[in-house]
Amino acid sequence: MAFNLAESLSSIVTQANAADWRAAIRLAGDGLVSGGATTDAYTDEMIAAVEKHGPYIVIAPGIALAHSRPSPAVLTGGLSWVGLATPVEFGNKANDPVNLVIGLAAVDHDAHLTVMRALAGVLSDSSAMERLTAATSPDDVRAVLGGLAAVA
Amino acid sequence: MKIIAVCGMGIGTSVLLKMNAEKVLAKLDIDADVEAADMGVARGAAQTADIVLTSQELAEELGDVPAEVIVINNFFDLEEITEKLTAAVE
Repeated sequence: MAFNLAESLSSIVTQANAADWRAAIRLAGDGLVSGGATTDAYTDEMIAAVEKHGPYIVIAPGIALAHSRPSPAVLTGGLSWVGLATPVEFGNKANDPVNLVIGLAAVDHDAHLTVMRALAGVLSDSSAMERLTAATSPDDVRAVLGGLAAVA
Repeated sequence: MKIIAVCGMGIGTSVLLKMNAEKVLAKLDIDADVEAADMGVARGAAQTADIVLTSQELAEELGDVPAEVIVINNFFDLEEITEKLTAAVE
C-alpha cells in the first residue's frame, strides 16, 4: 500500500469560512498548531511570506500551499488541510479563487520529501481533487486519501 | 542541462515543481538536473543554469538572469510544463 497522505495531516477542516487570504492562511496555521506541528509564530511567517513574495503559493487553480521556511517555530513539521465553504481571492491572476488551503511546515529541506511526493501525486490527480474539494467532512477527505493510497 | 525550480522558501512549491518537471523531462527523454531553490539561492544559481522554472510573481522578483525563465501557472498541469519545456529546449 502506498503512502497515505491522510496519516500526515495534522488536522483537516472542511466548509471553513475565511474573510480573506490572511484569515484562510491563519486557519491552515491553526491546524498545524493544533496538531503540534508548529507554534503560532509559524502562522505569522506564512502570512509574511505572501506579503513579501506575492500570492505565488496559489500553485494550481483553487489550491494554495501556505508555507514558510524551516524555523524555530516548526516543532515537528506537518501538513494541514482547510477546505473553504466560500472561495477566497489571493490576488493570483491565473489560479484564483482558492477553495483549498494546505498548510505545510518542514523542519529542514529534506525531511518532508516523502510527504511532498504523496501530495504532488494527489494534487495532480484531477478526479481525486474533484472529490476532495467537494468533501463536506474531514472523514470524506480521509476516505478519499485512504482510497488513493490503497490503489496506488 | 541544468534547470532550477524556484520558490520563495525553497521547501514547498519549488519541490513540487521539481518533481513534476522531472516527470516531464523523463517522458521527453531529456537529460537534465533539476534543483529546487529559494529566491536567494536562485539569483546565484540562475547565473549558471540553462532554464529557470517559476511562477509569474517570482519571475518578476527574480528579474533579469542569463537563464531562460519559464513561468508555470499550474504546477500540476503536466501538459503545460511539457509544452513550455519543449519550446524552451528546441
